[in-house]
Amino acid sequence: MSSTTEIVQASLARRYKAESRFRLYGIVAISISLSFLAFLLISITYKSIPAFYETQVQLTVNLDAEKLGVGASPDIKAIKTANYSGVIKGALREQFPDVKKRKAKKELYSLVSVGAQYQLRDFILEDPSVIGTEQTIWLIADDELNGLVTAVSDVTDIGDTPTRLSEQQRGWINTLQQQDQVKTGFNYTFFSAGDSREPELAGIKAALIGSAWVLLVTFLVSFPVAVAAAIYLEEFAPTNRWTDVIEVNINNLAAVPSIVFGLLGLAVFINFFALPRSAPLIGGIVLSLMTLPTIIISSRAALKAVPPSIREAAQGLGASKVQVVFHHVLPLAMPGILTGTIIGLAQALGETAPLLMIGMVAFIVDIPQSIVDPATALPVQVFLWSDSPERAFVAKTSAAIVVLLGFLVVMNAVAVFLRKRFERRW
Amino acid sequence: MFNRLASCSCAALMLASAPLMARDNISIVGSSTVFPFATVVAERFGKITDFKTPTIESTGSGGGMKLFCKGLGVDTPDVTNSSRRIKKSEFDQCQTNGVTDIVEALIGYDGIAVANSNKSEQLTLTRKDLFLALAKDVPDPAGGDSTVANPYKTWKDVNPELPDLAIEVLGPPPTSGTRDAFVELAMEGGCKTFDFIKAMKNSDKNAYKGLCHTIREDGAYVEAGENDNLIVQKLEANPDALGIFGFSFLEQNSDKVQSSVIEGFEADFDAIADGDYPISRPLYFYVKKQHIGTVPGIKEYLDEFTSDGAWGEDGYLADKGMIPLSDDERSAMSASVKGLESLSL
Repeated sequence: MSSTTEIVQASLARRYKAESRFRLYGIVAISISLSFLAFLLISITYKSIPAFYETQVQLTVNLDAEKLGVGASPDIKAIKTANYSGVIKGALREQFPDVKKRKAKKELYSLVSVGAQYQLRDFILEDPSVIGTEQTIWLIADDELNGLVTAVSDVTDIGDTPTRLSEQQRGWINTLQQQDQVKTGFNYTFFSAGDSREPELAGIKAALIGSAWVLLVTFLVSFPVAVAAAIYLEEFAPTNRWTDVIEVNINNLAAVPSIVFGLLGLAVFINFFALPRSAPLIGGIVLSLMTLPTIIISSRAALKAVPPSIREAAQGLGASKVQVVFHHVLPLAMPGILTGTIIGLAQALGETAPLLMIGMVAFIVDIPQSIVDPATALPVQVFLWSDSPERAFVAKTSAAIVVLLGFLVVMNAVAVFLRKRFERRW
Repeated sequence: MFNRLASCSCAALMLASAPLMARDNISIVGSSTVFPFATVVAERFGKITDFKTPTIESTGSGGGMKLFCKGLGVDTPDVTNSSRRIKKSEFDQCQTNGVTDIVEALIGYDGIAVANSNKSEQLTLTRKDLFLALAKDVPDPAGGDSTVANPYKTWKDVNPELPDLAIEVLGPPPTSGTRDAFVELAMEGGCKTFDFIKAMKNSDKNAYKGLCHTIREDGAYVEAGENDNLIVQKLEANPDALGIFGFSFLEQNSDKVQSSVIEGFEADFDAIADGDYPISRPLYFYVKKQHIGTVPGIKEYLDEFTSDGAWGEDGYLADKGMIPLSDDERSAMSASVKGLESLSL
């Protein structure tokens, strides 16, 4: 054996070891990041569970016209402003006739949500002929009650489960439960209502629709502009000092902190153009400024990836430059461009900082109907709920994060689908 | 496809800008302390009337005033909430910009709680203790009219009657209105108990403010972020620490944290309402009178806010943790709001 082979053989074991060590490091790094992700997902999902449950209490309400404070044949306006909370309180008193003291009565009334009166109102508006009768209906329970009955099976023996309900209140709940007057089901309100200060009435819909409007505006503004810019820079622009400067600036723009775009939006769109505050229109424009560089950069990469042979073949057959680009290069680059766009939009979806400056960090109850209605966005809703004193909002916060993540997963799935469906390999 | 897309987006934007001129919902900005109360009123207002639900932004008292005083017109807010009274400078700014008729409403009080975990002993403090424990510079413990950098490490050092616990207070950062109020009410209140400092107020106001309003930065006071829920969670995990946050958070977490006794009173509903609890502040909102009639529903919103069912003693705002005004104050304020009396300073 020659001496070189000897040297190699001597070092072989060490080199194999180094390699297996490196593989181990890699696996450790991946498992650490995966476990962080798993921890985050599991803890958020776990915390969000109570938010998807809604508890209702069955009560027999006496819809006497006199008690409601409406006449014998009331008009819609009278029905709308009738004394529903009085009727519900009366029903609770009837259920528990022994409750006499003022403080105890107050505790009793707090078992049912303040939303129950609107529920009762809608019930009567649907069919005003029920006035004057006695009805047994299910009414939304208070968030504390919901939190407790979803956490423990026996409310009289709760161990150290934190709750603000007194022993007396838990006794009442127990009585109701034994008479099958408490039921817990899926919380549809969460997906059909706007924000509320009562956790049991708060929903994600206004923020979800708000985010959708914002993204629509962002897409409509940023996609055409970014694609046009990318095509010009990639296919038509001469290479000189000017295009270099533009290129550097686009790359820099991608790294600008998003709050800066919010300040720009405030100064230009609200103060100068006098567009309305809190509207998805401005939110969308501001976020599209933020998304533009991302789309431009990925579109240019996608255009560059189309092989020159396609261009040459088209030109060889007599196509003009514009025809080459729009008939051949752009359609082939489209999957890449769309993927880049969706990733840019996904980034915009998670953004709160610029929205703060333009008034979209707001309490919105009504579902926005157009891009100029006041609206808020999903991450803003997460922020607002996390800062609310009522404890049930902790679960709502996590549930809103789950919805936001779901939205993101859907968007990324669309990106993956588009790429798989239209991608060409050469 | 490309052309269609471009023309589509242009059309959509043009369509969108058509109804920009009018606004049919009330726009409210201002204090994050009043935010949880104003939102309850707004939500109820939206549900029981045919008007749209007002939009409420939480911009902070100062930020709200700035937007409010920017001028008239639908692109400016109609109402601003504030956890302090409007300043003369802000009022003047309003006047210069054409906002000449402002209706002021004092709606109630908010207490700031100093609390620790239920698992540990309740503390009995004075504002002087709080000042000595938390100020950056304190009067020399050896006596005399000079100040030294805060030497106190434990509560026992501050006041021999207090337990031998390291000073560790979790509170809001300087950007928070709660912090401003705490500094003004608790720290300055304790600071003034020293005669030589009190005399300084007249001779050198800036030095007085600097001394009374500056919180120590050596780690005894921990800035725990704007989120009061987070402070409550941290107190639960660390029974030796004290926390500073709004009364509504204390009430919502009464099974986890307890209020310290400040100068004989716990932060509870009655003590704050009677004015006995020393660390409480007034809550206001201001209305642009010139917008009434232009933006629909402002008058009805005021009626809802000032109804007994809302800000009364048993109203829903009290359930949310706002401390209502006394009966006399309330009826006087209600009359002045209903009469839309313009504010003059």
